Amino acid sequence: MIRSTHLPLLVTLLTFVLAYALCAAQYPAMLSTRVVANLLTDNAFLGIVAVGMTFVILSGGIDLSVGSVIAFTGVFLAVVLRDTSIHPLTAFVLVLALTTAFGAAMGAVIHYLEMPPFIVTLAGMFFARGAAYVLSTDSVPIEHEFYDFLQSLYYKAPGGGRFRLIGAVMLLAFVAGGLVLHRTRLGQNVYALGGGVATARLMGVPLARTTVSIYAISGGLAGLAGIVFSLYTSAGYSLATVGVELDAIAAVVIGGTLLSGGYGFVAGTFFGILIMGLIQTYIVFDGTLSSWWTKIVIGALLFAFILLQKGLTWATTSRKRVRTGSATPS
Amino acid sequence: MKLKSTLLASAVTLLPVAGLAADMTVGFSQIGSESGWRAAETTVTRQEAESRGIDLKFADAQQKQENQIKALRSFIAQGVDAILLAPVVATGWDQVLEEAADAEIPVVLLDRTVDADESLYLTAVTSDLVHEGNVAGQWLVDEVAGEECRVVELQGTTGSSPAIDRKTGFEQALDGHDNLEIVRSQTGDFTRSQGKVVMESFLKAEGGENICALYAHNDDMAVGAIQAIKEAGLAPGEDILIVAIDAVPDAHLAIAQGEMNATIELTPNMAGPALDALEAYLADGTTPPKWIQTESKLYTAADDNQAVYEMKKDLGY
Repeated sequence: MIRSTHLPLLVTLLTFVLAYALCAAQYPAMLSTRVVANLLTDNAFLGIVAVGMTFVILSGGIDLSVGSVIAFTGVFLAVVLRDTSIHPLTAFVLVLALTTAFGAAMGAVIHYLEMPPFIVTLAGMFFARGAAYVLSTDSVPIEHEFYDFLQSLYYKAPGGGRFRLIGAVMLLAFVAGGLVLHRTRLGQNVYALGGGVATARLMGVPLARTTVSIYAISGGLAGLAGIVFSLYTSAGYSLATVGVELDAIAAVVIGGTLLSGGYGFVAGTFFGILIMGLIQTYIVFDGTLSSWWTKIVIGALLFAFILLQKGLTWATTSRKRVRTGSATPS
Repeated sequence: MKLKSTLLASAVTLLPVAGLAADMTVGFSQIGSESGWRAAETTVTRQEAESRGIDLKFADAQQKQENQIKALRSFIAQGVDAILLAPVVATGWDQVLEEAADAEIPVVLLDRTVDADESLYLTAVTSDLVHEGNVAGQWLVDEVAGEECRVVELQGTTGSSPAIDRKTGFEQALDGHDNLEIVRSQTGDFTRSQGKVVMESFLKAEGGENICALYAHNDDMAVGAIQAIKEAGLAPGEDILIVAIDAVPDAHLAIAQGEMNATIELTPNMAGPALDALEAYLADGTTPPKWIQTESKLYTAADDNQAVYEMKKDLGY
């Protein structure tokens, strides 16, 4: 019997495989290693930030600040590397500490002041974007040997696909995220918090520590995504990655995580990212469709997944009531 | 015999060109459709490609560099014959351009350039912004012909390269003509509404009769300013000479109606010269110069602006 919590994940996986097969049937070039490598490289920053978003949404929260934090990180790195002689690695550590602390601070406000995450992270979004603008309004190029070195790290597969370092960083983030969620006490607490604050408190979940940790993780991963984005574009630009937080939320939901929290897997988010990347690739391959179709398709997918979730919740609760056990929801 | 072999040779050299054009696929990564001019550029690019029988793959980046990089990578994966890129920012193109070079796909930059090594792209087709300002200034110098003239200037968005360069070019043209003086210069943010507001403040501060000419960095601001001048009870185009840049349809209409005097065209047809260069390059390896400058054509009341307006109004401006 398939557990209903796994069903959304399976649906996501099937959607991806089916979509890829359809794309490949129409454009055989879709099967090239280039497309596979592009899916990983081009979505690296989005994937990393979506791992953090999975944590947040699993706990029943939301983090709207991540897109701005990515932009801030990029501008911060670019300005620091331009104006000082600090080594990029030191700058990375510095910016990660900064963004993690920023996330933790938002988590603390959410918990101690009992504010809705939506409002607190909305404030965080404006704050981080504003801070990026204050540092520089121009696109600041990053020219450093160490950046050239990191960018030169790639594996060139037969067929021309380049698997770059940043794609590997994203895969690592997903593996680490999965391990933390399923193998640690913190992970259990995240799921418990998503099941309901009152229940979690009764279960003895340390609410303060968990909430702060969740937003710190999201902030830290947004910082990491910012580093990856700066490697991706070799520049810091305060106007970059506007709306990425919404793409990340979409990927998490398409990945089968329940928006109200409690159910979901980072693996689903990974395929959510790939599905979104695939849609974009298909539209470019086609070349005649307006690229805004990406948004329409993602919107439709989101709606379908929300309906699926609603259906599943409804089926599970009614099943519990009737106690029929193995009935598969339709 | 000799004639026959010459004919044969020319047929052989001509054949691949014809064959190439028929099944050539070009990817075009456009910034977005933030302005009327850009929408017109997209329309003209599609028309140019269609008239040459080129299969154009169009990708709108919605103002985001990450979308442009993704589109470029997808074009490369798809194995297009060439790529047209209108870059949203100047930085961050090295990696993806290297991948294109690696796959031997020539990239032509449209309308803006990038901070990457020149060897990474075939050529850049852009207008010369300083030259545009210069043409505008030269027109005004000739028009007033030595008479005293107090000029007000509506600048573009502060710090943007069109604003800086169009100002520089205009000032260069005025240099050495002491009868012309820029008395006020302020930003109107390239928008119609700001152009109107700032012109109103100019008229109040200077007095309409003391202003002899207006130079606006784009037509939209000039159209807004025309409104302000009319509301102040003056005749735009007569009491105050108006020269601007871009040659959008509304500017042609204003000139046709006598409310504006001159505009300098920023042609939306960047793709024409780009595709010419590409076809030559792919046919026999002719390397174009690294910079192809588009013409900055001056339109005045002497031209048939009504006709130009009719032609341009459906391009998407």
